[in-house]
Amino acid sequence: MKGRNLGWLLLGTVFSSAAWAESKYNLTKGVTDVSHEVYDLHMLVLYICTVIGVIVFGAIFWSMFFHRKSRGYEAATFHESTKVEVLWTVIPIIILIAMAIPATKTLIDIENNEDSDLTILVTGSQWKWHYRYFDKDVEFYSVLSTPREQWDNLSGPGAEKGENYLLEVDKPLFIPINQKVRFLITSDDVIHAWWVAAFAVKQDAVPGFINEAWTIVNEPGVYRGQCAELCGKDHGFMPIVVEALPEAEFDAWIEEQKLAAIAAAEAEKASLAAMMTMDELMELGEATYVTYCAACHQVNGEGLPPTFPALKDSSIAVGDISEHINIVVHGKGGTSMQAFGKQLTLKEIAAVVTYERNAWGNNTGDAVQTADVKAAAGM
Amino acid sequence: MTTATTDTANTEISHDEHHGPATGFKRWLFTTNHKDIGSMYLWFAFIMFLTGGSMAMVIRAELFQPGLQIIDPDFFNQMTTVHGLIMVFGAVMPAFTGLANWMIPMMIGAPDMALPRLNNWSFWILPFAFSILLMSFFLGGAPNFGWTFYAPLSTTYSNGSTAFFVFAVHIMGISSIMGAINVIVTIMNMRAPGMTYMKMPLFVWTFFITAYLLIAVMPVLAGVVTMVLTDTYFGTSFFNAAGGGDPVMFQHIFWFFGHPEVYIMILPAFGIVSTTIPAFSRKKLFGYSSMVYATSSIAFLSFIVWAHHMFTTGMPLVGELFFMYCTMLIAVPTGVKVFNWMATMWRGSISFEVPMLFSIAFVILFTIGGFSGLMLAMAPVDFQYHDTYFVVAHFHYVLVTGSIFSIFAAAYYWLPKWTGFMFNETLAKTHFWCSLVSVNLLFFPMHFLGLAGMPRRIPDYALQFADFNMWVSIGGFAFGLSQLIFLAVVIKCIRGGEPALAKPWDGAEGLEWTVPSPAPYHTFSTPPKID
Repeated sequence: MKGRNLGWLLLGTVFSSAAWAESKYNLTKGVTDVSHEVYDLHMLVLYICTVIGVIVFGAIFWSMFFHRKSRGYEAATFHESTKVEVLWTVIPIIILIAMAIPATKTLIDIENNEDSDLTILVTGSQWKWHYRYFDKDVEFYSVLSTPREQWDNLSGPGAEKGENYLLEVDKPLFIPINQKVRFLITSDDVIHAWWVAAFAVKQDAVPGFINEAWTIVNEPGVYRGQCAELCGKDHGFMPIVVEALPEAEFDAWIEEQKLAAIAAAEAEKASLAAMMTMDELMELGEATYVTYCAACHQVNGEGLPPTFPALKDSSIAVGDISEHINIVVHGKGGTSMQAFGKQLTLKEIAAVVTYERNAWGNNTGDAVQTADVKAAAGM
Repeated sequence: MTTATTDTANTEISHDEHHGPATGFKRWLFTTNHKDIGSMYLWFAFIMFLTGGSMAMVIRAELFQPGLQIIDPDFFNQMTTVHGLIMVFGAVMPAFTGLANWMIPMMIGAPDMALPRLNNWSFWILPFAFSILLMSFFLGGAPNFGWTFYAPLSTTYSNGSTAFFVFAVHIMGISSIMGAINVIVTIMNMRAPGMTYMKMPLFVWTFFITAYLLIAVMPVLAGVVTMVLTDTYFGTSFFNAAGGGDPVMFQHIFWFFGHPEVYIMILPAFGIVSTTIPAFSRKKLFGYSSMVYATSSIAFLSFIVWAHHMFTTGMPLVGELFFMYCTMLIAVPTGVKVFNWMATMWRGSISFEVPMLFSIAFVILFTIGGFSGLMLAMAPVDFQYHDTYFVVAHFHYVLVTGSIFSIFAAAYYWLPKWTGFMFNETLAKTHFWCSLVSVNLLFFPMHFLGLAGMPRRIPDYALQFADFNMWVSIGGFAFGLSQLIFLAVVIKCIRGGEPALAKPWDGAEGLEWTVPSPAPYHTFSTPPKID
């Protein structure tokens, strides 16, 4: 009796969609109407395939067991039947049409990008995301915040990995729930793909082209995703975190960001007048370098030539200061070197340039100040 | 003039008949014999299979646990890229060409391939192609942009390996085109009298159609790699948006080659199991003509489905619908094939020799790959599956348990004919069962990983993927090691064993079983008559 109950329980678990939906063996159901439709389609096809599989494999196993030579079974001689051939051509076509109809409906739904309440420009670059809210004057970069000690086990055991290991960022993207949010997706360098499974949204970020996607999130929460298109060395290290907030909280957050932007601009102005000591510059410079530069140029400054040149003893890092500042601020066309002018404050640029000119035995003794950066880069 | 040529040809043939192969290295370097060239292709493919396989071992070792343990992300990308390139162009395709060389002339009653010197050349340029590719590891880093080499990652942002990659692919392409021309010319002109097209073994049919696919799409590949080359080194902007180009156009051109390419790697497999399943079911292949038509329709459809690899690139709705419908349609002819194999076994008199074991595993596991293919065809759901481990699971099911299992089936089926000895059955069955268990441990959990959201081509992953990855890695190591058993079986079989009869399988049919085992160096110098 007990055994039978357990059996029913197991069967029930396997076949009830509810248990399937959030299991680690299945696709997520997600939190939008579209993601629910996509999930239902996924289950529909899965069930159809399972039924066909049971029939076909059943017949194969049946003949393997009963029609075997070792049981003395004599082979039949039939080898064609137009009737059967027509049957197993037509029936699959009917099944396919039955699958194509809901798929077409969902697809039309997914591609309807009209009447959005909020538009966000999503720009991928190696290996971070940039978000800009249209008509709101809010924009920021979003980078992986898992500390290097957690993922870098190459030189030692490393630190213990946190709960959201590799799926956490410094600044998540905030969106309001119950509003149609449209994403315009593009890239600054190679092709990336912006993917949040809970929304069933995955769109390639193609340099020079703008793709569209949209979502209406039903429940507040934190949703995590990753870049889904191979984009170079740190493709595995550019996660996406979206926080869906109730509308009032979202509006408050936007206001907060605007104030923060004004404060930052003032701090920037103040830093122009200030002189920093070499120690201060080196400390801030090292922190900035590790976060923004070390992925390519490496912590030890030796880079990964030929794609990512060394900074140690490099002609730029020990050469002309203004040229050095320029390449950090404006990047270098046709290479992986990005323009950091938009991503870093003047103070950070000053510090990181100072750091690069004095670390790893580069010992130029140059202390670059914020005002020097402004002058050299013409910002 | 005509008379003169015929005379020379006759003299040469009679001259050849009086001695066997040359000895030593020269035999292999200068050979124009289809059997020698076939053997070289097969050995080359196996060496490449182990090379690409050891790269997979490195990948699985790195992914055994979360965190970067063994290799840095850039080298990881080199491993995934070169693993893919080697397995596609170095292992599966040459193995099929090797089988074509060995078996097509014997199956159609021809003395050799139609263009023997071309045949020699098309093999011997291959080692150079792969030397160029592998050399790049020691000259600044191997290709790290994925075997699909999407621009601009492979052009503007490449690591300097693009030139090696492009030249290697050009040579592989030339080799494939020459091989394909040879197959077509041989089949069209050298069939024994009485062997009409609809009397050809299905094996020959599938290689015939595959050869046409190769001729159609290899030049497209050559074109796209050349554009990548000029974009990288000569300042053109085919795929550079800043110069007026379009990175997505790269994908259209690449997949116009790439999709027929995947059928190039599976149609011959269909031919192989359509040979072995009837033999060990002791019953004729069910629906021969419908198999021929199904193969042709799959080949035709393969040209109009390429953009299903690109549903997330921002295609217009109409484009997405067109490619979704066409892709779903492929399930029809593929279904016909699977149903025909099922019906061939139905009420047969089945026995389970090693080639049959691999063939049955092929039918079932390839069908599982077909099911996930059907799921991937549904554009709205593909948005979730695309570029995840679900795709990795899908194409390894069709390529490893599909193509590679069929190659094992073929090797075991014809080894007695090639070597003159029976292989060690216990060892061969060990190879089968170890492969079967480990390959499923290796690839089945990848479905779950993909559905749970693990992207492909990442060197490190979030903690919720950890336990599946560990199982996958264990399966990977076990599958890798199992292939050494195959090597042992083959070497033992070449060195000796129970002598093989001319027809060691009682249900086998076809001209190749009418010649002694091992097949003499020259067969069918006078064509057999087919009624």
